[in-house]
Amino acid sequence: MTASTPSSEQPAVRGSALHRFANPARFLRLSRAVQPWLLAITLPCLIAGLYFSLVKSPIDYQQKDTVRIMYVHVPAAWMAMFGYSTLAIASAIGLIWKHPLADLAGKAAAPIGAGFTVIALATGSLWGKPTWGTWWVWDARLTSVVVLLFLYLGYMALWNAFEQPQRAAKAAAVLALVGAVNLPIIKFSVDWWNTLHQPASISRIGTPAIDPAMLTPLLLMAVAYLGLFLLLLLVRMRVELAERRVMALQLARSRAGEGR
Amino acid sequence: MNGFWAILARDLHLARAESGGALLAVQFFALGVLLFPLGLGPEPGMLSRLGGGLLAVMALLATLLALDRLFQQDHEDGTLDLLRTSPAPLWTVALGKALAHWLLTGGPIILVAPLLGIVLQMSWPAIGGLLAALALGTPTLSLVGAIGASATIGARRSGVLLALLVLPLYIPVLIFMSGTVTAAETGLAFGAHVSILGALLLLSLVLAPWAAAVALRQIGE
Amino acid sequence: MAEFFAMGGYAVYIWPAYGVAAGVIVGLFVWSWRGLAKAERAEAALGKRERRRAPKVERT
Repeated sequence: MTASTPSSEQPAVRGSALHRFANPARFLRLSRAVQPWLLAITLPCLIAGLYFSLVKSPIDYQQKDTVRIMYVHVPAAWMAMFGYSTLAIASAIGLIWKHPLADLAGKAAAPIGAGFTVIALATGSLWGKPTWGTWWVWDARLTSVVVLLFLYLGYMALWNAFEQPQRAAKAAAVLALVGAVNLPIIKFSVDWWNTLHQPASISRIGTPAIDPAMLTPLLLMAVAYLGLFLLLLLVRMRVELAERRVMALQLARSRAGEGR
Repeated sequence: MNGFWAILARDLHLARAESGGALLAVQFFALGVLLFPLGLGPEPGMLSRLGGGLLAVMALLATLLALDRLFQQDHEDGTLDLLRTSPAPLWTVALGKALAHWLLTGGPIILVAPLLGIVLQMSWPAIGGLLAALALGTPTLSLVGAIGASATIGARRSGVLLALLVLPLYIPVLIFMSGTVTAAETGLAFGAHVSILGALLLLSLVLAPWAAAVALRQIGE
Repeated sequence: MAEFFAMGGYAVYIWPAYGVAAGVIVGLFVWSWRGLAKAERAEAALGKRERRRAPKVERT
């Protein structure tokens, strides 16, 4: 048999740095090498972050203890945005350079990003009730995050909507990029809508000025969340690659069964 | 641009051959709008306050209805494959289809909207604002919808999937359409709203046919 | 200790918030690991069947 090529078409750009990782086996070796380092950074930051968030950090003058929710909420919102950026960049790489693993990276990242979006919404709501008095507020940021969740859900639904994964990959990639272009426009429009409908008497919901003592837990939790995101991404890439291998085996098996 | 006119003419011709089936979207629009007074009660003042937003939302939903069939038939009978290999660039095909779609949904919606505005007891300035909003907004809806339609050709549950994909993208248009109606009534920032709707339309005119073409190309690969 | 858990009276908001965050993240890990185990099991099973079948196909 001739030397095996990556399962989809040949990379369009030879020798590009990214294509060194086009071979799934090589990618898996890389991810196994990186994982312990990620773990070594994530776990201490997580433990330290939780300690600072729950125990050591001061309570806010106005918000009292509820400010502690900020330490699980804000990093989650950051990861929700980061997740979608990852998805969009992976889609662009897949469409432009046809890197064989790019589409899978997007598929792998989507549930993780969606999960962090859910965390952001739930913790945001739990922060809002004691702070502003209601479970939900039609504030520009929260509303944009809901829309972001729907963009994630649409992307994941597209992957599941086609028999052929290659077709799903390309459709999802196009929609991901259109969504990425749209996100700033959506954010802008929701901001506008918010100023239109917000009576002047209700004060704007702003983040409190960050006390340096509050920065420590916030940054620790942000690094921890990023590490968790990347660890999850590596696991999900392995899942997607394994499922792809299973499908290839099933296809080969059915062809063999047909006597081809 | 030959391909563009050819596609446009063909789609309109096919729509006429359907004898009234093509105008289902505007019927849905009208019927949907009429459901709201029945559901909410005809309280004086409430309907006129809600009117702009209500009509904008229904316009969105009615536009969605006709979208999943945009490329489906051509895909099924092989026309799409022919179009892909023809010399006409795919973006002209997408643009032609989007325009045909708008002429069959957005256009009739704009014609019917003033009547519905009267039924909802909206003021004349508000109805004027509504017409401006729909005139600039519905073409954008057709263009952005074409992207979703091209990406979901041959997908399972494509109708509902298309709605899920496209509605978030419609939100800016919705916000500014309904803002235009309010602005027309209060007299504040009408120009700003209309300019933004215009900008969104221009952006879609440039980007949407191209994005739809990218999606259409992927089907054969 | 009881004071810590009470969180100045806001416990009913703070602990569920941390709980949701932990729950979703742990849930994502568990779901992914189970998916991986399932796929690797299926791969092993198919691989075995492939090797067992191969002789039969060649005979026909």
